[in-house]
Amino acid sequence: MSVRVRLAALLHSYTGGADVVEADGTTVGAVMDALDRRYPGIAFRVIDEQGRVRRHVNVFVGEESARERSSPVPPGAEVFIVGALSGG
Amino acid sequence: MTQPVAPANPNAWMIGTRKGAWALRRTGTGPADWTADEPWFFGCQVHHVVQDPRGAGTILASVKTGHLGPTVYRSTDGGKSWKESGRPPRFKTPEQYAGSPLPDDDPRRKGRTVDHVFFLAPGHASTPGLWYAGTSGIGLFRSGDDGVTWDAVDTFNDLPDLRKWAYDFSELTPDGSKCHSVQVHPEHADRLLLGLSGGGIFVSNDAGKSWEPVNLGVAMDFAPPKTDGTEYEYGHDPHDVVVHPANPDRWYHQNHCGIYRLDNAPGAPRRWHRIGEAMPKDVGDIGFPMTCHPRDPDTCWVVPMDGGTVWPRTSVGGKPAVFRTKDGGATWQRQDKGLPPRAWYTVFRQAMAHDGRDPLGLAFGTTSGDVWFSSDLGDRWHSIARHLPKIHNVTAGRLA
Repeated sequence: MSVRVRLAALLHSYTGGADVVEADGTTVGAVMDALDRRYPGIAFRVIDEQGRVRRHVNVFVGEESARERSSPVPPGAEVFIVGALSGG
Repeated sequence: MTQPVAPANPNAWMIGTRKGAWALRRTGTGPADWTADEPWFFGCQVHHVVQDPRGAGTILASVKTGHLGPTVYRSTDGGKSWKESGRPPRFKTPEQYAGSPLPDDDPRRKGRTVDHVFFLAPGHASTPGLWYAGTSGIGLFRSGDDGVTWDAVDTFNDLPDLRKWAYDFSELTPDGSKCHSVQVHPEHADRLLLGLSGGGIFVSNDAGKSWEPVNLGVAMDFAPPKTDGTEYEYGHDPHDVVVHPANPDRWYHQNHCGIYRLDNAPGAPRRWHRIGEAMPKDVGDIGFPMTCHPRDPDTCWVVPMDGGTVWPRTSVGGKPAVFRTKDGGATWQRQDKGLPPRAWYTVFRQAMAHDGRDPLGLAFGTTSGDVWFSSDLGDRWHSIARHLPKIHNVTAGRLA
């Protein structure tokens, strides 16, 4: 299932400047894995080695905050990855 | 390699900062004739940029941002282009500790995270492509493919004793506890020395398979004296540790509690001697960097900072100075010609380096974003860059 992923500017260096991309997956982790296959390295910048969204990054599925790889991504949902209001 | 490393015929200083990295290049033959390139990794926190003196001269840079996680970039064309490591340093997951002999309450079993890669070290001259990385939280990693992929050194990271050495992996020091000063003995490829802030200094004689503390003689004024009168064997706070390249049996280090030298001798116990006792009492011997002359084992430089009262960590008395010894720490000379009469900056542990040239060039960078250069062993300092972001790191490079 393909979902739309909106990426803040801090990740545009991975996507060649694209701010909206498509990725397959029914969880945040699966979506990030799909992105990582297309844009190598992007997942580890967002999700740490313990499967948690990094402290100064926010991932939203729709309007809901998602902090774990296992967080579900329902069909038709939009994923939004941004820098938190912290971290410099 | 012992640090700082410098490639043959360097033509630039590489400056890692809180907001990117800059290369300073020569524009003339005068000591102040340098200019800054456009930045690499603009806006990112760059803790270390190091060029391999071996082989093709790969440059590695440790990079994170205020938001994004840590990674390593590498350049194989002298800094013209950069490519991200395919597998940056990362700790094991709880699942990977299944069957581990570590006790159930060991914090490592819950899974730790690398906050940033702090220290990058080329391996021994006989092991091309081998690099080490020290991280915050405290961890040691190695790459056997010139920085493309990284693996945890389990024999260090999962060592049962590391828990007590590293204060239960609590984040004690500003910007996080860290593994730094990865030193590879130039004559014995399997001998490694590490500094842990906090934790102390540790040596391995078998390429990292086993480790032992080397901290006797080092003060620890942030802990009460032991009631049995013995010394602490670990828990110290080395800031910068150097195996001297010209005499690898001589080790120097700048500590949270003074400046030390250790001369290894067959059959003798390893014990540090506080050579900082010879520093002027009104300056003290607290600081971060410990920079050694690559060809003279008696000559090294430190940059004292104010470690009194509330630990301001700035130039002592607001009067910046480098101090040099030419006799292994028996005496020290103040070197402040060219430096501002009043300033209140800090020079971090990785922010002073030599260029390996003859005559030797020295440079250091400040938390206020200034870079100072000397072509006469510190007798006079010249400003070669101003108004950069907070400087983490200065190293010599041979750029395209």
